[in-house]
Amino acid sequence: MPETINLEVLRYSPETDTEPSFQRYDVPLRKDWVVLDALNYIKDKVDGSLTFRWSCRMGICGSCGMMVNGEPKLTCATFLSNYANDAAPVRVQPLRYFPVIRDLVVEVTDFMTKLQSVKPWLIRAEEKPTSESEYLQTPDQLDRYKQFSMCINCLLCYAACPVYGLDPVFIGPAAIALAQRYNMDSRDEGAHERMDVLAQHEGIWGCTFVGECTQVCPKHVDPAGAIQQYKLTATIERFKSFLLPRGAK
Amino acid sequence: MAKQSNEPVLWALFSAGGVFAAFVIPVHLFLLGLAFPLGWISAPGYESLHALARLPLTRLYLFVLCFLALFHWAHRFRYTLYDGLQIKHLNEVIFVCCYGGAILGTIVAGYLLWSFR
Amino acid sequence: MTEARQTVGYTEYHPRWYRSRVSTWWWLTRWPYLKFILREISSVFVASFVVLLLLQIRALSRGPEAYARFQHWLQNPLVLLLNLVTLFFVVFHAITWFKLAPSAMAVRFRGKRVPDLFIVGTNYAAWAVVSLVVAWFLVRP
Repeated sequence: MPETINLEVLRYSPETDTEPSFQRYDVPLRKDWVVLDALNYIKDKVDGSLTFRWSCRMGICGSCGMMVNGEPKLTCATFLSNYANDAAPVRVQPLRYFPVIRDLVVEVTDFMTKLQSVKPWLIRAEEKPTSESEYLQTPDQLDRYKQFSMCINCLLCYAACPVYGLDPVFIGPAAIALAQRYNMDSRDEGAHERMDVLAQHEGIWGCTFVGECTQVCPKHVDPAGAIQQYKLTATIERFKSFLLPRGAK
Repeated sequence: MAKQSNEPVLWALFSAGGVFAAFVIPVHLFLLGLAFPLGWISAPGYESLHALARLPLTRLYLFVLCFLALFHWAHRFRYTLYDGLQIKHLNEVIFVCCYGGAILGTIVAGYLLWSFR
Repeated sequence: MTEARQTVGYTEYHPRWYRSRVSTWWWLTRWPYLKFILREISSVFVASFVVLLLLQIRALSRGPEAYARFQHWLQNPLVLLLNLVTLFFVVFHAITWFKLAPSAMAVRFRGKRVPDLFIVGTNYAAWAVVSLVVAWFLVRP
């Protein structure tokens, strides 16, 4: 294995640049280093102005999502040794389809707003006071939504979704998966409230099941599956409301 | 409650069309377009095929096939144009051309099958 | 928030954020995207089959000579090639459709999720059965 590896990092300084540009760095190649380690090395030893987000460095906080050689990846989970034998340098760019604030940092308020709009919390008609008892849930009931609860909001799925790239009004994979996480939770009674947001054209109906979101998800949430399942649910609800008397909801 | 969108209906048609097309079209096309013309399998005679086609059940089956397959195409193609070519501003035109085309095709199919002698 | 979202949730005045436009050729930039577009294009060939079917029905209804002409036309090398391409795309549609079926319908049996392979396998089995049934109707002497 060679001693160093070449990184090509996209730099953008809003004070001075109008366009981003690549900058090359030589970074030591350690067997156990990930791309995040390389970025931290650059910031510590080579170029302190390099700006990027990271936190837990173990794939649970969702902060370090970036494009590595054109693929959305968590940089804390992407080993440099995978690219050791490549002729070309490792290209690190900010997450695709989001506006770039500086260097590798993107603006994610859009997602935050969309996430909030699907009400990702348990909605109940009446809260049960804890003095009465806990909410009981069988393992099978947990199994129905557990996969969707693994989402770490890393936004790799948004970077992979061409629909989001082409039409930023699309609510996006993670938001829908998280809505489903609550819809499928036996303790939740708010599916109807979420349907108003999800059943819009910018909600689930923008999705054309490209499936790339599921491919890039580091936590195996399968947002594409969540969306398609919700399409079926929404369709059944629509036919029900059409066939059943107006009053019955 | 927000205004009821018609997307679920169109999606349901697309899905039904997709299922029907997946199960049935390959064998139809293989026989009609390759096996019979190339003589791999001897084609049925005109009389027996005509008799089969005349049956009301056959005509209903063919009508449903055409109807669902066309609406499957319309829905998918509409989104492909919308996303693939980024011509969002032509959204209404695309909508009308796709579903209008499917309706037209269904009418033609219906006419041909209804008037089949 | 229950009104339809018409705008992206950014504040309007942010001139210094860098926003790149998605190219019209976005679908050529990655193989999974190209596969996706090919899958969607298969719907065009589904529609073209309907046209072929309607041509067959029309020829059938016009008498033996018209049908013989239609059958002769089907033997034209160009038409054969077109039908071969159409068949490829129609089969591609079927294969991709069956592959996606388990994701779209989370089938649960006695609380546990049915394995994806089972759903896919069932679809293929049904496909074989349906094909044989249709073929039996069409091949009878």
